[in-house]
Amino acid sequence: MSDAKTIDTMLEVRDIKRDYELPGGFMKPKKTLHAVKGVSFKLERGKTLAIVGESGCGKSTLARMITFIDEPTSGELIIDGKKMDTRPGHLTSEMRQKVQIIFQNPYGSLNPRQKIGDVLGEPLAINTDLSAAERRNRATEMLIKVGLGPEHYNRYPHMFSGGQRQRIAIARALMMNPKLLVLDEPVSALDLSVQAQVLNLLADLQDEFNLTYVFISHDLSVVRYIADEVMVMYFGEAVEYGTRDEVFSNPKHEYTQTLFKATPKADVESIRARIAAKKAASAA
Amino acid sequence: MADATLTPKAAEPVSSAQMRRQMLKEFWFYFSENRGAVIGLFVFLALVLVAILAPVIAPHSPFEQYRDAVLKPPVWAEGGTANYILGTDPVGRDILSRLIYGAQYSLFVGLVVTTLSLISGIIVGLLAGYYRGWLDTIIMRLMDMILAVPSLLLALVLVTILGPGLNSAMIAIAVTLQPHFVRLTRAAVMAEKTRDYVTAARIAGASPLRLMFRTILPNCTAPLIVQATLSFSNAILDAAALGFLGMGAQPPTPEWGTMLAEAREFILRAWWVVTFPGLAILITVLAINLMGDGLRDALDPKLKRS
Repeated sequence: MSDAKTIDTMLEVRDIKRDYELPGGFMKPKKTLHAVKGVSFKLERGKTLAIVGESGCGKSTLARMITFIDEPTSGELIIDGKKMDTRPGHLTSEMRQKVQIIFQNPYGSLNPRQKIGDVLGEPLAINTDLSAAERRNRATEMLIKVGLGPEHYNRYPHMFSGGQRQRIAIARALMMNPKLLVLDEPVSALDLSVQAQVLNLLADLQDEFNLTYVFISHDLSVVRYIADEVMVMYFGEAVEYGTRDEVFSNPKHEYTQTLFKATPKADVESIRARIAAKKAASAA
Repeated sequence: MADATLTPKAAEPVSSAQMRRQMLKEFWFYFSENRGAVIGLFVFLALVLVAILAPVIAPHSPFEQYRDAVLKPPVWAEGGTANYILGTDPVGRDILSRLIYGAQYSLFVGLVVTTLSLISGIIVGLLAGYYRGWLDTIIMRLMDMILAVPSLLLALVLVTILGPGLNSAMIAIAVTLQPHFVRLTRAAVMAEKTRDYVTAARIAGASPLRLMFRTILPNCTAPLIVQATLSFSNAILDAAALGFLGMGAQPPTPEWGTMLAEAREFILRAWWVVTFPGLAILITVLAINLMGDGLRDALDPKLKRS
C-alpha cells in the first residue's frame, strides 16, 4: 500500500452507515439502532480483505450493503472506479454483475426445488440472452471448475453434502464473471476437513479469475490463512484496520487483543502446557 | 468422504426422467404407508372412471321417467326388480343411473371450485406475503371478514345475488373457500422469503414476478396440495348442501344434493331415495379426505421418518 499512485482499487467504501429504525410501542419512543457507524476502507484488485468481529457487530450488514441487498443510510460505495447508485430500482444488471455474495449456510442458499443446472443457469437466463444449450455448457464448465462433475447437472440440492453445496453456491456466484466476491462466513457451517478444501478452492479461483474477496469471518485461523488485509469490527465501528501481519503481530486496539486471546489454541505445544498446568493445579 | 466427487468419475449423467421416476417412487413409498390413503385413492380413481364412462355403464337415462315403476325399492328388498338395482325415485327415474351421472357433476364442481379458489388464493396470497405492508393488511382483513361469516351462509347469500344454478353455486363456494388458500400461501411465502436462496435470486437480478412464481411458489406447494384435496371434498359437500337448499343445481339435474332435496318428503316411505345419494356424498368426501391425509404425510418433510 506504499505507492498509492499505482494501486488498482477495486472496492472503496467511504464512511458508510446503516441505521435500523426500531418501531416504538405504546408509550415507548422510536429507537434508532446504528448497525454500522461509518466504516471506510479501500481494497486493491485481487486481494482479500477479512472482516472480523463478534456476532452482531455489523459485519454481515456491511456485506449486505456491499452486495446491494440493503441500502446504506449514508456513505459512498465505489466499485471498480464507479460510484454505485444503491437506491432500489437504480441497479443495472451490469453493476449487479460485478458483485456477488456467498452465504454462510449452504443449506439455505440453494433453492430446494431447483436442479443444480438451473441454479447455475438462472443468472445467465435473467441477465443474458444466451441459448439454453449455451447456458448448459457454461454451467457444466463451472461445475468442473469448482470440483464437481457434469453428472451433477440434473440433481437437486438435497442430494449434496454441505461442502458440495458450498461449491455449488460458489459456482453460481461465479457464473456472471464477477470481479468482487463477498463471502459471508463461507466455511463456518462446514466441518474442518471440508473447510480446508473450500478455502483452497477459493484461493485457486481467486488466482484464476483475479477476484477480489471481502471475507467475513469470526474464525481467526481461517482469516490468517486467506487474508491480505484485516479489519476488526466492534459495535459497528472498524476498530482496527491493516495488513494481516500488522494486525496479527501487533494488535493495537484493546478489543483485538481480547479477540486474539480468546482464540482456542489447538497445537500440541499449548495442549501439553495446558495439561501440565492442570496437573500442577491438582497436585497442589 | 464429503468431497469424494473431486476425482473425475465416469458416472452416467442422471437424466431428468430418471430423477422424476425416483422422486415418484419415494412419494409412493410414503403415500402407501397410510393404508386409508391408498383406499381413498382407489375409491377416488373408481369414481373418476365412473364419471367418465357414465354413458356406457349407466343402465338407464338419468332423465327417463318410467311411469310404471314409481318408487320401486332396490333389488334385494321386497318388490325390487333387477331392472332398477338401487330402485327408482318418486317420478320413476332409475336411482343408480342418476347417481352415476351425478358423479360427473360432483367431480366437475370439485375440480372447478378447487381450481378457481386455488389460483385466486395463490395470487392474492403471494402478493400479500411478498409485499407485506398496507396491501397485506387490506387483503388479510378482507379474508378475515370472509372467514368470519359461516361459509354456507355466505355461499347462500352469494347465490341469491347471482341467481340459483350450478355455475353461481360454484363461484359462491370458490369465494368462501379461497381465504384458506390465501392464508396458507401468505404464511408459506413469508417463511420462504427470508431464506438465502431468495436473496441469491434477487442478487442475480430476478424480477419480483419471477421471485414470486418461479423461486418462492414451488417451495410452498406441499401445504397447498393438501389444502386443495380437502377443499375438493368441501366443495362437493357445499354444492350438495346448496343443491339440497334449492340454490344449487336445479331439479332435473341428477346432482346428489338436489336428489336428496327432491326426495325429502319420501324419507319415511321410501328409505332408498335419500340413502343412496347420501351414501354417495359420504363415500366420495371420505375417500378424498383420506387421500388428502396421505398426501400430507407424503409431502410434508417434517413427517418423513428418514
